[in-house]
Amino acid sequence: MTALLDIRGLKAEIDGRQILNGLDLCVGKGEVHAIMGPNGAGKSTLSYVLSGKPGYEITGGEVYLNGEDLLAMAPDERAAKGLFLAFQYPLEIPGVATLTFLRTALNAQRKKRGEEELSSPDVLKRVRELAKQLSIDPEMLKRPLNVGFSGGEKKRNETLQMALLEPRLCVLDETDSGLDIDALRIVADGVNRLRAADRGMIVITHYQRLLDYIVPDVVHVLAAGRIVKTGGKELALELEATGYAQYQSEAA
Amino acid sequence: MPAVQETVDRVKRIDVDQYRYGFETLIESDKAPKGLSEETVKFISEKKNEPAWMLQWRLEAYRRWLTMTEPTWARVDYPKIDFQDLYYYSAPKPKKTITSLDEIDPEILKTYEKLGIPLREVAMLEGVEPKPGEQDPNRRKIAVDAVFDSVSVATTFKAELKKAGVIFMPISEAIREHPDLVQKYLGSVVPTSDNFYATLNSAVFSDGSFVYVPPGVRCPMELSTYFRINERNTGQFERTLIIADKGSYVSYLEGCTAPQRDENQLHAAVVELVAHDDAEIKYSTVQNWYPGNSEGKGGIYNFVTKRGDCRGNNSKISWTQVETGSAITWKYPSCILRGDNSRGEFYSIAISNGYQQVDSGTKMIHLGKNTSSRIISKGIAAGKSQNTYRGLVTAHRKATGARNFTACDSLLIGDKCGAHTVPYIEAKNSSATFEHEATTSKISEDVLFYCIQRGLSQEEAVGLVVNGFVKDVLQQLPMEFAVEAQKLISISLEGSVG
Repeated sequence: MTALLDIRGLKAEIDGRQILNGLDLCVGKGEVHAIMGPNGAGKSTLSYVLSGKPGYEITGGEVYLNGEDLLAMAPDERAAKGLFLAFQYPLEIPGVATLTFLRTALNAQRKKRGEEELSSPDVLKRVRELAKQLSIDPEMLKRPLNVGFSGGEKKRNETLQMALLEPRLCVLDETDSGLDIDALRIVADGVNRLRAADRGMIVITHYQRLLDYIVPDVVHVLAAGRIVKTGGKELALELEATGYAQYQSEAA
Repeated sequence: MPAVQETVDRVKRIDVDQYRYGFETLIESDKAPKGLSEETVKFISEKKNEPAWMLQWRLEAYRRWLTMTEPTWARVDYPKIDFQDLYYYSAPKPKKTITSLDEIDPEILKTYEKLGIPLREVAMLEGVEPKPGEQDPNRRKIAVDAVFDSVSVATTFKAELKKAGVIFMPISEAIREHPDLVQKYLGSVVPTSDNFYATLNSAVFSDGSFVYVPPGVRCPMELSTYFRINERNTGQFERTLIIADKGSYVSYLEGCTAPQRDENQLHAAVVELVAHDDAEIKYSTVQNWYPGNSEGKGGIYNFVTKRGDCRGNNSKISWTQVETGSAITWKYPSCILRGDNSRGEFYSIAISNGYQQVDSGTKMIHLGKNTSSRIISKGIAAGKSQNTYRGLVTAHRKATGARNFTACDSLLIGDKCGAHTVPYIEAKNSSATFEHEATTSKISEDVLFYCIQRGLSQEEAVGLVVNGFVKDVLQQLPMEFAVEAQKLISISLEGSVG
């Protein structure tokens, strides 16, 4: 069976600085992988390279999503193929209502996949249901996207987008940053509801805390642009106790 | 945002350099000889069967114009215009006098169809009253006074307007049929001596709309005119005059497109609005003239004088404009707040791409007591364009309690364009309250990437962000115009990034 995501020897740099240094990672369908590691290890870079953010140069390696060459696809095409990045710092778009953004994104993806676009009332109905599950006030849907949202609202909004777009592969970049414990619980519940047999997740985080709520199947340690250790969920607890120092010196 | 989707479809159908409305209709034209002289002025006046006083008025303007020089203070740069190398009048040759839409040259109707102007639909809609409780705002009636080149070829809804006592007709007709009204108001807001281009217009204006709304009447429909420049080398000199008598209300929509040309085309329109006591005029424009090709060649020169006079107490004039076309735009729809408690508004979206140059803004001249004005300007510069907001807010010595709020926001797309804000503020009495806010921002790569990661294409992402930026102004437009404007905004930014 083809892995959902297959990264082989991925090397990437930005502004001539090598960040990813031969990274291998395989995520199967239905699996949740946590990627932990010290600052500057390349965690966010991995999420940006996968999603195709401009500015990163791929200098080696291959990435396959459902057997298809991901790196050959334009960023919006990757999204339509089911790659979703939950941003660490979601962006604000003044004047664009959250609901409008959700509808535009959903229909843009559907159109790219050759599916019929959904009418505004249909989208509204779906969004309302999902918003309720995430304790999102329907009034928030009318507000301009992320403008004046609290940290918790922004992350709930990311989760709402993820739920609506029903991606195949979710990449959560430091979803726990800026969240208090209540907001963390709501977001984690939302993410857990999205766990499915045909969907994979990569949860990038500094801290073990998030993994108490989103329990991973596999934990990786990323240091100096490579996966240096892989284990079960207990690895996260171990890291919490020992820190990253040993891996940093190993990688160097 | 479905409009964004539609935009993308439309954009896909056109080549980068192919202006959607750049087609030419082959119709025989009735032209004045090239160049400008007293003879040209007489030719035009004669063509229009004008009374002697009108010809005199024109000739005075022409003589005045000879003594004037072109203004150079605007931040626009273009080769000198040879005014003797232009045609000043061109009209489709009528086969006979037109009494109904069916008699209009099918070629002309086809042009309107290509433009998506529902002239026939509008005609069909006539008499189709929405049932009570089924009020669909999209089916509100619009009366179209269609200006093809310089002559109005069709006027619809005349009967119903007549019932309400509203006069809506080509100004050439009004000169003959309502000389008293025209004589009283023409040039009373923009005098023949006002400025170089307005004076030129006064001498050679070809046609335009005339609206008179009698006291206490709320005009039963939106009045709409579609302008279209079609004849090679023909200057367009539209003249519009709208009078709202005491306690009346009228909303007027103006939309423009023009075919692709290599030579620059001059357009110098004059619009005059007069609002008496308690009257309100809402004037909305969507301007989409040919902006020139990707090398900056061709495109319309748009030198427009638009001014509203809040002549009566408690009167209100509101300008809303969406400017996306033209190579050069020189346009400052203004309000003279003469009546006490009168109110002026200016809502503007000005988009420039390619090599377009926009110098636009408004003047709010507070003369009466407790007058107020509001200016919301959104400038968007892309490509290698220059986009300037130029505005004047002034309070006269006697204008006690004058208030103004101004917000000028500029958005830059790319790093080869420029946005400039030039506000002039004068208060001659200490009780005036003027507020001015201005921001300039660049469209953020991170925001675009965020949208693209959600599945939007680059074009869709820019369209979405820009439509968000201009939302405050779009909301001021009548519904049917807002939809069109939203599409236009995205289309006009095609090719601005990447």
